[in-house]
Amino acid sequence: MNDVIIRTEELTKHYVLGAETVRAVRGVDLVVERGEFVAIMGPSGSGKSTFMNMIGCLDTPTAGRYWLNGQQVSELSEDELARVRNRAIGFVFQTFNLLPRATALHNVELPLIYAGVGARERRERAAQKLEMVGLGDRMGHKPPEMSGGQRQRVAVARALVNEPALLLADEPTGNLDSVTSEEIMHVLAQLNGEGQTIMLVTHEHDIAGYAKRQVHLRDGIIEQDFLTEAVETRA
Amino acid sequence: MDRSVGAVPVVVPAAADPGRLGAMLVYEIVMVALAAIRANVLRAVLTTLGIVIGVAAVITMVALGEGAQQRVESQIQRMGTNVLTVRPGQQFWGGVSRGDSNMSVEDAEALRDDSNGLLTVAPETSSRLQISYLRWNANNQVVGTWPEYFDMYNHALQVGRFFNQGEVQGRRRVAVLGYNIPTQLGETPAGALVGQTIQIRGIPFEVVGVLEEKGDAAWVRPDDQIFIPVSTALFRVFGGRDRISNIYAATPTPEQLDLAYGEIDRIMRREHRIRPGEDADFNIRNSADLLATFNETNQTFTLLLAGIAGVSLLVGGIGIMNIMLVSVTERTREIGVRKALGATPRAIMFQFMVEALFLCVLGGVLGVGAGFAAADVMTRVAAWDTVVAPEAVLAALGFSAAVGLFFGIWPAHRAARLDPIDALRYE
Ligand SMILES: Nc1ncnc2c1ncn2[C@@H]1O[C@H](COP(=O)(O)OP(=O)(O)OP(=O)(O)O)[C@@H](O)[C@H]1O
Ligand SMILES: [Mg+2]
Repeated sequence: MNDVIIRTEELTKHYVLGAETVRAVRGVDLVVERGEFVAIMGPSGSGKSTFMNMIGCLDTPTAGRYWLNGQQVSELSEDELARVRNRAIGFVFQTFNLLPRATALHNVELPLIYAGVGARERRERAAQKLEMVGLGDRMGHKPPEMSGGQRQRVAVARALVNEPALLLADEPTGNLDSVTSEEIMHVLAQLNGEGQTIMLVTHEHDIAGYAKRQVHLRDGIIEQDFLTEAVETRA
Repeated sequence: MDRSVGAVPVVVPAAADPGRLGAMLVYEIVMVALAAIRANVLRAVLTTLGIVIGVAAVITMVALGEGAQQRVESQIQRMGTNVLTVRPGQQFWGGVSRGDSNMSVEDAEALRDDSNGLLTVAPETSSRLQISYLRWNANNQVVGTWPEYFDMYNHALQVGRFFNQGEVQGRRRVAVLGYNIPTQLGETPAGALVGQTIQIRGIPFEVVGVLEEKGDAAWVRPDDQIFIPVSTALFRVFGGRDRISNIYAATPTPEQLDLAYGEIDRIMRREHRIRPGEDADFNIRNSADLLATFNETNQTFTLLLAGIAGVSLLVGGIGIMNIMLVSVTERTREIGVRKALGATPRAIMFQFMVEALFLCVLGGVLGVGAGFAAADVMTRVAAWDTVVAPEAVLAALGFSAAVGLFFGIWPAHRAARLDPIDALRYE
């Protein structure tokens, strides 16, 4: 197991608000290998989202270093970063972040559009991912016409459509009831079973239970990092 | 690079030119931009109103200028390029302009008789007078001249005849009517008027002929004029003046104009006893001079009006910029989502540029339509000649596209520079 996909060293993020400085992430060293299913846990305000956003190349660290697939992210240009977000990372947000006026199918096609995939292939691949998350019959629906769980499944399909090396999810079940949450987690667990690397943020223990490894943050630093029983029993 | 992860292949293969947008992507982005406009059609139309009005105004103003110019040009063509006009020039005595005309019929006779047949000459004096026939009244320009005038201006007869040299010498009360006069005198048929007596300023005249339709010239309407012998005009109608306002002198061909110019100068100086080198009290102009003078004034006006219209285009452009800034702000989250999914700054920039450009070009096209309509209305209602020049249409469209590019850049740039995470967090 030497296939490292995420490696951070002293990853740090400070927010300066007037005279006050918020130290959201205060030096995180983390190594994640291909195929892992990591849950980032911790109390509210512990820096989970801030950390995830940096891993997803949506936010830039104040200090420290981050290699994604061996490439130091801080050395990438704006256009290369866009390419990384497009090809290497699939991001699932707590608030879905779908385009409300576009159909489910078009929402899932978006990353393929920016990847320059032709219309026919795009439609096929997007439809296939929607079927995979169980929404084959809802492709023409727009987000406002769908339930929370359905929207989140569209978001998962969109995150996966470009076959990213890394699937990131920030509280993907935060806005869902427990039954719908389980459905989403089943989808993720199944994906991980097929080899998909997943990192997800949650503060619910049952959700974290689906992961093979838990990393606990507190006040912006790693408090605990351990493998869960699920893995141990399987091992 | 850290050696501990060195073996892992880099996820992102370096693209040949990572910033360039592929043709397919360009198409998709254009579709996205158009969809954004379609989603708010009313706002799009209201936004483009400034551009519509600006473009329409530019096109109408230029069409008016162009129309006036073409009318004058064609009139001068009709008048003939071989005609010189002699007018009284201004004389200054002690700095005071002697406004009254100093040209008489004798000058015209001298030009005719002493130019060895080079010149065909016609004097002109005119005044606006009361015309009456039976119980009908009209007010028209009465022109006193010679029979040569009709030939010089290519007038043709509808019925009757022109007056002749004998009638000029005899100061006879005979009149040739412009095309519109019979209509103005109680819709009387032209044929029925010939041989009848009309009153000019209460003086009875026999109608000897009626002219064919001539159409308007820039500054005269020959169809509304009445022509009588110059001698009759000066001594019987206008009240004892013997001064005339113009002398027209035509050469057989335009090539002889230079020669004619010298002859006229020589004869007029002799008649007016002006020594060589002294300033003349008359001036000689040809049609080209008149045209040039007219065009100069016309162009100044056209430029001025088009300039004012251009300002409204500029104002329209600012309206576009305003609405684009609103559009960018409204769609901050959308921009964040697109960036999170891999849209490059260039792709976002392009999306908003296309939107601004499309709004302006839409306004431009609507404005061209409105300009055509306005020009048409002016021709029908006010009877002004208008010519919508293709150059004006292209220039107006090009300018509105430029307005779109110019005023779209800033909002589009703002959208492109948005940080993905800030845009996603935007409420
Ligand atoms: N844009 C920002 N500007 C200033 N401070 C911020 C910003 N984003 C986050 N913070 C601060 O950074 C700290 C960590 O925030 P973060 O969102 O990472 O927490 P979290 O662990 O995701 O919490 P939650 O479980 O509530 O989502 C918090 O104290 C927060 O107030
Ligand atoms: Mg959070």
